[in-house]
Amino acid sequence: MRVILTIFVTLIISLFMVFPALAQTPSEAEIELRAKEVGQALRCVVCQNQPIEESDASLAQDMRKLVRARIRNGDSNEEVIAFMRDRYGDFVLLKPPMQANTYLLWFAPAVLLGFFLFWYVVRVRRKPANIETQTLTDDELKRFNELSNNQEMQGSERQGQKIQGQKIQGHDT
Amino acid sequence: MRISWTGLIPLILFLALSGAFAIGLTKDPSKLPSQMIDHPFPEFSLPDLLDMEKTIDQSYFEGQVTLVNIFGSWCVACEQEHPMLMKLARNNEIRILGVNWRDTVEKGRDWLARGGNPYTRIVFDADSMLAIDLGVTGAPESFIVDKKGQIRYKYIGPITEKIWRDELKPFVLMLEAEQ
Repeated sequence: MRVILTIFVTLIISLFMVFPALAQTPSEAEIELRAKEVGQALRCVVCQNQPIEESDASLAQDMRKLVRARIRNGDSNEEVIAFMRDRYGDFVLLKPPMQANTYLLWFAPAVLLGFFLFWYVVRVRRKPANIETQTLTDDELKRFNELSNNQEMQGSERQGQKIQGQKIQGHDT
Repeated sequence: MRISWTGLIPLILFLALSGAFAIGLTKDPSKLPSQMIDHPFPEFSLPDLLDMEKTIDQSYFEGQVTLVNIFGSWCVACEQEHPMLMKLARNNEIRILGVNWRDTVEKGRDWLARGGNPYTRIVFDADSMLAIDLGVTGAPESFIVDKKGQIRYKYIGPITEKIWRDELKPFVLMLEAEQ
């Protein structure tokens, strides 16, 4: 009985050992797909702002070859990217990593937006509400109405003169 | 007249930005800081350009300070640098290991036949195997490797008389004094 059990357990264990090995040899189509993904994340170091996947530079071509070779040998996408980063530094990554020297880059827009929103609410919007308003007393209202009526009359008089003036000019010609 | 300090904020921001951009403009974006300084020279095993049957590997560096120079027959700046390397070789200033990068055997050999060979040995690296391991972005690039096979210095661009005298030679002398 113990012998059978031992054989059974050994078989199970060996199965577990075989499966990862099978999984580690990716098909050519899978290699290509993953290489494209990795290649889009890596910057061509001689052409500034282009992923190696889209660059015609000879160094980018060699880097593409190397990416494929490493994936074929069982590297994960992250391992390939880490390999390039070890050699070319953060510059080779098209997407800046989140780390101490890039916190400013990542958070400054949100912080600035928050700051300006805060400033807008506190300073710009509250200002008009702070001005004290006083309503006119009855006397002042009466005087105001008189003044504004006066103004209207004067305005129509001037308009009349203007029309007359134009008429006179019209006669001259 | 009362000066409004808050009114100066845009001006101060403008000056700060101008300053940051001015500093940025003085930096050459093609010159990447090397990741390899104080790292062991990457392992490699590549053919010798002048004798393709033989291979060269990192054990070459043991015991002697070496200047590793990346070049190619296609590289214009290398041509400009070449006479200086010839001079270093003539005066026995330092041992120079060449890395013939992205070249063909024929073109590489022709190039050396024309200008002379300042290299003690030449690694033939057609597919950037070693170049990528070194984080090379262009030619010429030079590395100074110490007696223990550690990369200690990287210089991008052609080595000139002045660069050698003021920058590289003092460093090489320092490394040679190391045990």
